[in-house]
Amino acid sequence: MDGIHDMGGMHGFGPVPYVANDTPYHEDWEPRVFGMSSAVTKPTWAGLDYSRHALERVPPDVYLSSSYYERWLYALIMRQVEAGQLTMAEVASGRAQPSSSVRDDAMAPEAVDPYRFSPFRQAVDARPRFAVGDRVVTGDPQTTRHTRLPRYARNKHGEVHLHHGAHVLPDSNAHGEGECHTHLYTVKFTAHTLWGAESSPIDHTYVDIWECHLERA
Amino acid sequence: MSGDLPNPFDEHDELAHLPSDPALRAKTLESLLVEKGLLKQKTVDAVIERFENDVGPHNGARVVARAWLDPDFRARLLENATAAVAEMGLLGLQTTDIVALENTESVHNIVVCTLCSCYPWTLLGLPPAWYKSYPYRARVVREPRAVLAEFGVTLDASTEVRVWDSTAEVRYLVIPQRPAQAEGLSEEALVALVSRDSMIGAAKL
Repeated sequence: MDGIHDMGGMHGFGPVPYVANDTPYHEDWEPRVFGMSSAVTKPTWAGLDYSRHALERVPPDVYLSSSYYERWLYALIMRQVEAGQLTMAEVASGRAQPSSSVRDDAMAPEAVDPYRFSPFRQAVDARPRFAVGDRVVTGDPQTTRHTRLPRYARNKHGEVHLHHGAHVLPDSNAHGEGECHTHLYTVKFTAHTLWGAESSPIDHTYVDIWECHLERA
Repeated sequence: MSGDLPNPFDEHDELAHLPSDPALRAKTLESLLVEKGLLKQKTVDAVIERFENDVGPHNGARVVARAWLDPDFRARLLENATAAVAEMGLLGLQTTDIVALENTESVHNIVVCTLCSCYPWTLLGLPPAWYKSYPYRARVVREPRAVLAEFGVTLDASTEVRVWDSTAEVRYLVIPQRPAQAEGLSEEALVALVSRDSMIGAAKL
């Protein structure tokens, strides 16, 4: 979707609020939102790509005027409501509806492990269409659905720089339509191609792009 | 669940009914989720604790120091960083597929996620606020030299800048240049020298 989240290359944001060795959290409630988002019960279809798509669907004016963990909080509410696990009335009142069911299968503290993960890469029968060094042109998905091809890198000519094997395809997985492992490449663009003659003639931008968004140039 | 997702916030003016203070909003939601059996408070505590203490830039710094000291490891890291980091037992959530990028006199790499906030959690911890900020996400792809100058990193016009936009589950780790004063230091001393920001490409050592 052409959402507000897709902000690479936008003008007008001003200086970066850079603080050397800055901390991840700035308010006491922020780690609670991170913790809740990780620990809450979710349906099996509601994976990482769906979570990202929820963040993208936070209305643009709210997105821009909210802090990072405020957006996470909105997306968490959205996901729970869409999963049918909370109603907006419950969220607004802060109380469970008397008739609602209570589960007892929430994630236990012992199950928390930052070093445990499911792989995104998987061997597939389909051979990669492109090899490192191939010239490619990117697609231009006109869709309200989830995609990870940024606007600034659409309809652009580049060169395949790395091949990563086949990875879960966010465009389908975010919508519960399967992981559809698809060959993934890092594509190298000259700064001139993306950012015009004002940019340095020797600089490059690299973007990870799935095969379905690439054609041979 | 499939297809085009409606926005549950579109049709209702529901956001206006939530507590305006985000701290209260978060607290209210947490107690509601607990009441409905969808969340255990102790699990939230465990997530916060483990992401604060068990992962973080000390892990990334170990990878960098080892690459500086051990030419064979450096070669393996640059060839296949996922396998090299797996050797050290440091793969994990948001850190499943890795590419290592070496900064040199002639090339400076810097990493961003323009679409959200993708970041190698086990190697660098959770991202700092500036990395997730709109100005960084918007500007570093278009004008990396101006952003780096604001960070205090000035580069010669002859140094190539490579900006890596983390749009997939590949995570990028910058191997900063080893500073001249680091000659002869122990691995432990080198680990202490490597800043988190240098492994994003936002600082030099």
